[in-house]
Amino acid sequence: MTRHFFGDTAVLLGRSLRHITRSPDTIITTAIMPIAMMLMFVYVFGGAINTGSVSYVNYLLPGILLITVASGIAYTAFRLFIDMKGGIFERFQSMPIARSSVLWAHVLTSLVANSISLVVVVLVALLMGFRSAAGVPAWLAVAGILILFTLALTWLAVIPGLSAKSVEGASAFSYPLIFLPFLSSAFVPTDTMPGLVRAFAEHQPVTSIVNAIRALFTQQPVGADIWIALAWCVGILIVTFAFAMNTYHRKIS
Amino acid sequence: MTDDKVRGSVIHVQGLQKSYKELQVLRGVDFDVARGSIFALLGSNGAGKTTVVKILSTLLKADAGTAGVNGFDVATQPANVRESISLTGQFAAVDEILSGRENLVLVARLRHLKGPGKIADDLLKRFSLADAGARKVSTYSGGMRRRLDIAMSLIGSPPVIFLDEPTTGLDPQARIEVWQAVKELAHRGTTVLLTTQYLDEAEHLADRIAILHQGRIIVNGTLAELKRLLPPAKVEYVEKQPTLEDVFLALVGDNGTNGHDRNVGTNA
Repeated sequence: MTRHFFGDTAVLLGRSLRHITRSPDTIITTAIMPIAMMLMFVYVFGGAINTGSVSYVNYLLPGILLITVASGIAYTAFRLFIDMKGGIFERFQSMPIARSSVLWAHVLTSLVANSISLVVVVLVALLMGFRSAAGVPAWLAVAGILILFTLALTWLAVIPGLSAKSVEGASAFSYPLIFLPFLSSAFVPTDTMPGLVRAFAEHQPVTSIVNAIRALFTQQPVGADIWIALAWCVGILIVTFAFAMNTYHRKIS
Repeated sequence: MTDDKVRGSVIHVQGLQKSYKELQVLRGVDFDVARGSIFALLGSNGAGKTTVVKILSTLLKADAGTAGVNGFDVATQPANVRESISLTGQFAAVDEILSGRENLVLVARLRHLKGPGKIADDLLKRFSLADAGARKVSTYSGGMRRRLDIAMSLIGSPPVIFLDEPTTGLDPQARIEVWQAVKELAHRGTTVLLTTQYLDEAEHLADRIAILHQGRIIVNGTLAELKRLLPPAKVEYVEKQPTLEDVFLALVGDNGTNGHDRNVGTNA
């Protein structure tokens, strides 16, 4: 059956992508919240936040991009949940296909949908005055980090998607993820935070990822941050993938 | 006799057991289904019908016992089993966002068939869905959805089809449409295993009926054979009458003379 893995995944990916083109609101709503936050922070709070020589929109964008991904992956859980509930997941699993392609199609769909949302957010940021002199390699590096981050969180989303009992339960897991950037260097420099909060902020994954992307955009040396960021992304990816596969195997046996 | 049955059977289930944690759902289920026949698994809600279907369609693993479909063991040759079957689950497993035609094309492509478009159009015609083919499934009625669901199961002509409560929640008209589709399937030589909680459905469709009760098959036979099981109930009714009479006579006998007793008898 595995000889059909790529073909089956492509067919199922086509199906999910059609879902997205028929309800483009999933992309819009994914992008709207981060854009609203960006407007609020740049035009309301931004003036009171001292980010040194960097303009606030430039400072803010990396964190906003992570929030975009965090809100986007909730739809992966939602779509998977609907497939589980509607019985079409079981139909696919009882067919002579490469069974895991059902999951991979959802994961790839998440990558595509989140990429579109990210592009929309970056375009709005450009309208708001975001500028970067970063060259193609730096942009590719940013894209690579974001793809890794999206993959890691998407596999996390697969877990509630497979096991949730209600729609609310399937997407509720993403709320804490959306707020994690607030306790990081995404909105304000961490050195203004009180001791304990600062310690948490400086050692959670969002800070290193934000710092790495920010350094790439501003053409600063990325230093150790990029390696810490990559280690976090890969580490989270391995753990969430393992748990997701475990949940999946329990579902189908 | 038994050997012949096994050889001619396309579904063979023996000693099947399954528990969900503490709850023992199947306690040793045995049955055989002959090729090209319609076999009804009858039982009330929670009797374990869906569990049997899920094990046979490789969605669940049994705790004990064996099950074979089309000569393949569900536990050791699940891929071959999946090549041989189609499952129509308890709820119409269709993609609401796609059109009817797109649903059929999707399944045809997943079954790696040539000309998925033509397969879809033929099935739409056969199930009287041609006019609705381009519409989103979310606009379909319950009966249309079920018909599409069954049509999706026929793609690739698998020799065995499982229908899990195909008419639950359907109106009478839609029910008759589904029955028609199932009968046609058997005509074409497909083996159908259907589960139902409706006695008349089993009576209408099935060549053989098995009653699943508390995790075991308590009866298995043709409708005629099952009907022959009814007389014992009549005997019970006859036996009850003397018991009533006994009580009556005993009461009357205790209170008065034989003459009184007879008077009461003649008045009545």
